[in-house]
This record gives sequence, structure tokens and C-alpha cells, in this order.
Amino acid sequence: MHSDRASLGLKIAAGAGLAFMHLPLLLIFIYAFTTEDKSYQWPPPGLTLKWFSVTWSRPDVWEALSLSVRVAAISTAIALVLGTLCAAAVSRTKFFGREAVSLMVILPIALPGIITGISLRSAFNLADIPFSFWTIVLGHATFCVVVVYNNAVARFRRTSGSLIEASMDLGADSFQTFRHVILPNIATALLAGGMLAFALSFDEVIVTTFTAGQQQTLPIWMLEELVRPRQRPVTNVVAMVVVLVTFLPILGAYYLTRGTDTVAGQGK
Amino acid sequence: MSDLSLHTGRSGPLTRLSDWLWRNPRMLILLLLTPPALWLGIIYLGSLFALLAQSFFSIDEFSGLIVYEFTLKTYGELFTPANFDIIVRTVVMAAAVTVAAALISFPIAYYAARYAKGKWKAVFYLGVMLPLWSSYLVKVYSWKLILAKEGILNWLFEILHMKWLLEAYLAIPVIGGNSLSVSWTGTFLVFLYVWLPFMVLPIQASLERVPTSMLEASGDLGANPGQSFRYVLLPLALPGVIAGSIFTFSLTLGDYIIPQIVGSSRRFIGQAVYSYQGTAGNIPLAAAFAVVPIVIMGVYLWVAKRKGAFDAL
Repeated sequence: MHSDRASLGLKIAAGAGLAFMHLPLLLIFIYAFTTEDKSYQWPPPGLTLKWFSVTWSRPDVWEALSLSVRVAAISTAIALVLGTLCAAAVSRTKFFGREAVSLMVILPIALPGIITGISLRSAFNLADIPFSFWTIVLGHATFCVVVVYNNAVARFRRTSGSLIEASMDLGADSFQTFRHVILPNIATALLAGGMLAFALSFDEVIVTTFTAGQQQTLPIWMLEELVRPRQRPVTNVVAMVVVLVTFLPILGAYYLTRGTDTVAGQGK
Repeated sequence: MSDLSLHTGRSGPLTRLSDWLWRNPRMLILLLLTPPALWLGIIYLGSLFALLAQSFFSIDEFSGLIVYEFTLKTYGELFTPANFDIIVRTVVMAAAVTVAAALISFPIAYYAARYAKGKWKAVFYLGVMLPLWSSYLVKVYSWKLILAKEGILNWLFEILHMKWLLEAYLAIPVIGGNSLSVSWTGTFLVFLYVWLPFMVLPIQASLERVPTSMLEASGDLGANPGQSFRYVLLPLALPGVIAGSIFTFSLTLGDYIIPQIVGSSRRFIGQAVYSYQGTAGNIPLAAAFAVVPIVIMGVYLWVAKRKGAFDAL
């Protein structure tokens, strides 16, 4: 245990663990090309590219995708503003209730999603708010704040307060300081947080089932297919595309925050 | 400050506002906090408390309407055998998933924290990050493919001539069933798979902070690797394990989609909440059920905090 080389047992255990996390995802990639469309038969009887064009010409998939992207974009924008404000307040000074504020931000993600979901739904019922695009956004923005907040707080902590004082001493007002000193310092952290918030919203299904009504986001479309499989090949293709699309923001966020002490995405 | 701004010729309402904020940092904090506090306070906490309040109402058994009078009757219903079974079942499942996730995560986290260098460090990091952030439904879907009767797992057992082993396993009551995809073992595997990355990261974070010299000292003082692990490494990594278990435990407690897609007809807390608020229209009972994971997690977090788990988050 005190040597510099890992024992064989540890290597095998670590490798097997990583394989366990990745093989199921790889399987999705193979199934997207199978010729079988009635069952989940393994091994695939043949390989084809046909289902990609079938999926491409499906209006319901496009509508669900478009709704998901719009919801994720607006929710991310709201979360960016709220998360940055919160992080700025919490990291600049110690004030009464500081712990309570960070708890409030983390709560929507710490409690099971189903609780957030039915709370919102029963509140919409009580207040007679009909389901709409905005009810979905309301839920998503709420749990996206924490991702932006975590990234921004980590960066604010590393940004020296003397920079801000120096800027003020040199005659800049608060707004100029924000624009020319604070913003460039936290920009990559915000970008990383925003990407992760987008990924989180794009993938969310538990809260969305309660706030969407009859609307279908892409995860809801997938959920229907999971419960009652009707078009397996199309689902296979959509699943593969979703995996590829979510990898991009994760890789992006990783490269943006690499080399800092807290790397983005640790607190999903 | 205002003197200075006169000298430099700064004026205008924005500058004056900025100077005023600089002189009144408390007001600045207040202004910064108001929008997020309003959003989270009204939308999130507001609806949460409205829901919890409903758990103190009850439902009229004949009309099916909610009676808006304070009562603990709904909480009493949680302890009827059928409902209590659901709670016990969910907690046992969450505990099993947590223990298994800790066992599988530890070697990954230990290797990544202690031996992986340079490029391999990045490989391990992304190797955990990508599954963590991949779509939840796609992950569940991949297991539906794996566990299907005509799927890869049955095929593997077949070509290895081990079909009898699988059948013997499925014949075991409680954890077995007609096939893996409708058994608790299936549900357990999917839970384990989906929440595993949430366990690896905190353990790795706590292991990164264990100085190598401590393990060397332990070895120099005559401990064998097993003893070093038991008496030095494990106690130091425990906060990380507890931090990870918060995720695996809480996420399993509240999930209603996984047991619905892969699993038997016996329900979990999440499914109970979902069906009571939906088709049954019994919001008070759904709310009371929703309190169960909140209370369990409250106790859990309190214990975790005393063990210092939050420093590892």
C-alpha cells in the first residue's frame, strides 16, 4: 500500500469499475444501428443507417427537441443571473443568514426531485396557473441556480478582493468595476456553470413530468417510449444523439475550468 | 469618496448610486440577494411549505374531497401495513444501493486519487464525469436493453452455458422473479449504475487530501497493508464516503421512474407519492409520503454533519 505502484488487484478493480460505468452507454451506440425493430435482440441481426433518416423526418422528435432547447436556454439565462447575484453576495462578506442562503440554493437539488415536482404542481393548482412553457421554465431555473452558484462561488473565492479595491481607487465606479474587472475574472466560470445548467435542464425529467402538462420535452418523449415502447429504432437513435449532445457541454466545462482548484460539475 | 468624485468630475445618477452602494455595503448585499431570494423563496420554498401544510389535512373517504382541517390522521395512514411496507422496502433498497456503490467506488477513487498522474488523471476524471452527466433516461434505457429477455445479459449466460445459474438465482424469493427486468435485482442494478458516479467524486476528493506520508508512516511502524487500510485510510476517507452516500441514499429514496421501468409491481416511496397525487387525487397522503424522505434525509444530514462529511463535498 505504501509503494508507488498500484497493486494488480486495485488496477483490476478500478478498471472494472470504470468499464461498468461506460459499457452500457456504448451499448446504446450499437443499438442505434441495428436492423431489428420489434425487440431488443442481441446480437443485432444486421447493421443499417436507415433509422437515422427515419428519425430525421419525425416531426414529434423535432418538436420535443425544440421545446427542450428553448426551455434549457431560458432557464440557463435566469439561473446565470440569480446564481451570480447569490454568489457575489455570499462570497464578498460575511452577513447574518449567509448559511441559510446557501442552504436555500442547494435545497432544490438536495431534496428528491419528486418533492420539488409535486410542490410546484400543487402550487400551480392552488394558484390556478395553467401549464405552459413558463411553468416548465419556473421549475428548471430553480434547480439550475445551484450549478451556476457553485461555479461562481468557487471563482469569486479565488479572485482577490484587492483587485476590486484597486479598480475603485483608480476612479472606476461599481458598474465599471463590474464590467472591466469582475466580469472578465469570472467569465469562464460562468460559461462553465451555464453549460452545466443547460445540460441539467436539457436532461431533466422528474420535475418536468409535474410541470409540463401535455407538452413534451425530449426527456418526456423518451420516458413515454420507455414505459410503452412503440418505435424502438427511433428511440435508439434519439438516445445515442442525446448522449453525444450532453458530452459536449461537459467536455467544454471541463476545459474551461481545468487548472483551477475546483473543477466544474462536481456538485451536480 | 464623494469628495473624490467631485474632484474627478464624476457625476450622474449612476455614479452617485455606485458611490452610495460603496458606502453602504449592507444595501449592496441586500440588492444582490433580493432577486434570488424572491425567486427561491416564493417559487420554491413557498410551494414546498404549501405542500407540507397539505399533509396535515385529510381526505374524505366518501366524497374524495380534501377536508381542510388540521389532523394527524393522514400521517397515521403511513403506518398501515401496506404503506409502511413501501417505506421499509425503499429504505432497504437505498441502503443496499449505497453500500454497493461505496464498495465499487472505492477502488476507482483510490486509484484516481493516488496513482493516476497527468493524462490518466484526466481520463479518470472525465471517465466519472461523462456517466455522471449523461442523460438519466438514456442510462435507464441502456439497462432495459441489457436486461431484456432477448438482450445481451441473457445471451452472455447462454453462450457461457451458465443459463442454469441465472435461473437458480431468479428462483430465490424476494430478489428474484420471472426475469431480471422485472426483479428487484434489476431495479437494484439500475439504481446502482445511475447513482454510482455520485459516490466516486466525493470519495476521491477526500482521498486526495490523505497525505502519502501517513500511509508510509503506518507501514514503517509495522502495519501490513490491510491494517493501514483499516486504521489509517478508511477513517480519513469516511467523510467522503458519507458525503457520497447522501447522494445515493437521497436519490434512491425519491426516484419513481427506475422502479416503474425495471422492477416488480411492488412499489417504492416515489411511486406511491406519484400515484396518490395523480390518479388517486389524494394530495394529503402524497404530501405525507413526501415528508418521509425529507425526515430521513434530515436525520441523515444531521449525522453526516457531525461526522464532518460536508468538508468533503
